[in-house]
Amino acid sequence: MRIPCPHCGARDAQEFSYLGAADPQRPDGLDATEAAMLDYVYQRDNPAGRHRELWYHGAGCHAWLTVTRDTRTHAIESIEPVRRRGAGAAA
Amino acid sequence: MRYSVFSLLAQALKGHKGWTPAWRDAAPKPEYDVVIIGGGGHGLATAHYLASRHGVANVAVVEKGHIGSGNVGRNTTIIRSNYLLPGNTPFYEHSLKLWEGLEQDVNYNAMVSQRGVVNLYHSDAQRDAYARRGNAMRLAGVDAELLDREQVRSLLPFLDYETGRFPIQGGLLQKRGGSVRHDAVAWGYARAADSRGVDIVQNCEVTGLSVENGRIAGVETTRGPIRARKVGLAVAGNSSRLAAMAGMRLPIESHVLQAFVSEGLKPLIDCVVTYGAGHFYISQSDKGGLVFGGDIDGYNSYAQRGNLPVIEDVMESAMALWPGLGRVRMLRHWGGVMDMSMDGSPIIDRTPVEGLYLNAGWCYGGFKATPASGFCFAHLIARDEPHPVAAAFRLDRFTTGRVIDEKGAGAQPNLH
Repeated sequence: MRIPCPHCGARDAQEFSYLGAADPQRPDGLDATEAAMLDYVYQRDNPAGRHRELWYHGAGCHAWLTVTRDTRTHAIESIEPVRRRGAGAAA
Repeated sequence: MRYSVFSLLAQALKGHKGWTPAWRDAAPKPEYDVVIIGGGGHGLATAHYLASRHGVANVAVVEKGHIGSGNVGRNTTIIRSNYLLPGNTPFYEHSLKLWEGLEQDVNYNAMVSQRGVVNLYHSDAQRDAYARRGNAMRLAGVDAELLDREQVRSLLPFLDYETGRFPIQGGLLQKRGGSVRHDAVAWGYARAADSRGVDIVQNCEVTGLSVENGRIAGVETTRGPIRARKVGLAVAGNSSRLAAMAGMRLPIESHVLQAFVSEGLKPLIDCVVTYGAGHFYISQSDKGGLVFGGDIDGYNSYAQRGNLPVIEDVMESAMALWPGLGRVRMLRHWGGVMDMSMDGSPIIDRTPVEGLYLNAGWCYGGFKATPASGFCFAHLIARDEPHPVAAAFRLDRFTTGRVIDEKGAGAQPNLH
């Protein structure tokens, strides 16, 4: 599998580390309910098909990337650098 | 027909013309007491134990392909119970005990072979960790022996002991571990369940779950609707997809795990060996092929096929452990889709939908767990309460924080 890094071009998947689904958003710590933390830390959609996920290009540009990939074929639909969230928010 | 040496002799005299199919290829009836989704090892074992231990025989096992075409035919056939944590050890030991009596129980030769499992250690810290694990196992009534380097060398003289970076210092041996012929496990459970009246419905894919007033009412399938009072999900690899049909999200990601077989060789290695300085394990099948595997590919996948980096990593580990393998040719490899749970341990529990039960999250360890998984799932479905040895495998442990994390890797499925 090759990943088309927006900064470095198409590179071998070995250069990247995988984190997981891109969609979970960390709830605001002290006010978060147990259910909200459960959703963020553990529950996943885990779709067979289109999946938005986070990869880190550790052997290249050191950028975090949001990749949209089909989990049935490994075909990559789109890739873009992760956008910085508000100050204090965890990545 | 009961299989025995006498039935074999009688058939031999008749030219083997009297053998009958081992199970019926049933058409679905409109209604059952219990429908088990998934005709793999766990689903078929559940049906067998429901019928034989709980007298619940009005059961259908529905399978989207043919039985045994999923992960029960895609593993490396290893059985063992060398676990550390209290939530796991009694369960896997129960499984190993069921393996020991399986062939008599189901009257089918599954070639259960207790040839021993050795986990190698390569540093003082790893020896201490294995000593701790071995002690935990012995406290739970499981056999374990800590071997030093010379004891391992007498068992496995052909490994590379002097490699500079990761010299083999010894190993943790479980003599009762070993391997089983995996296809025969599916066939044996299918035949035993069928003989008690369970319907095995193949080529019948579930397309929806019918829920009425918070209670399960049946399943929609490609062969029509089937009503049921209780439904059990045993579809590891696809658990999230099936659970989504009932509006549930699970603490699971699906990942692909590859395995490999070499060309057939004369008897070469008589136990199962795991490498301690990388993720690699190897044994030899009764046909002579070396069976080995390593890590999952590490990203969500439903593809049943993997990529080259893991193949390279597995081969490098093989060469580091056993340089003689360099002249062996690899015959074939394949990928299976695993339910990787968020703590690396399985789930056998009720769900928020009344009458819908979940058996999921088996990670790397589904095959060895087959008998106990079926045994405990049948107990849960029949009595509506967990079996004591599977009581820790709760779905709500992710809410309460009582996770069972053997590796201490946290909520990161590709690290378990």
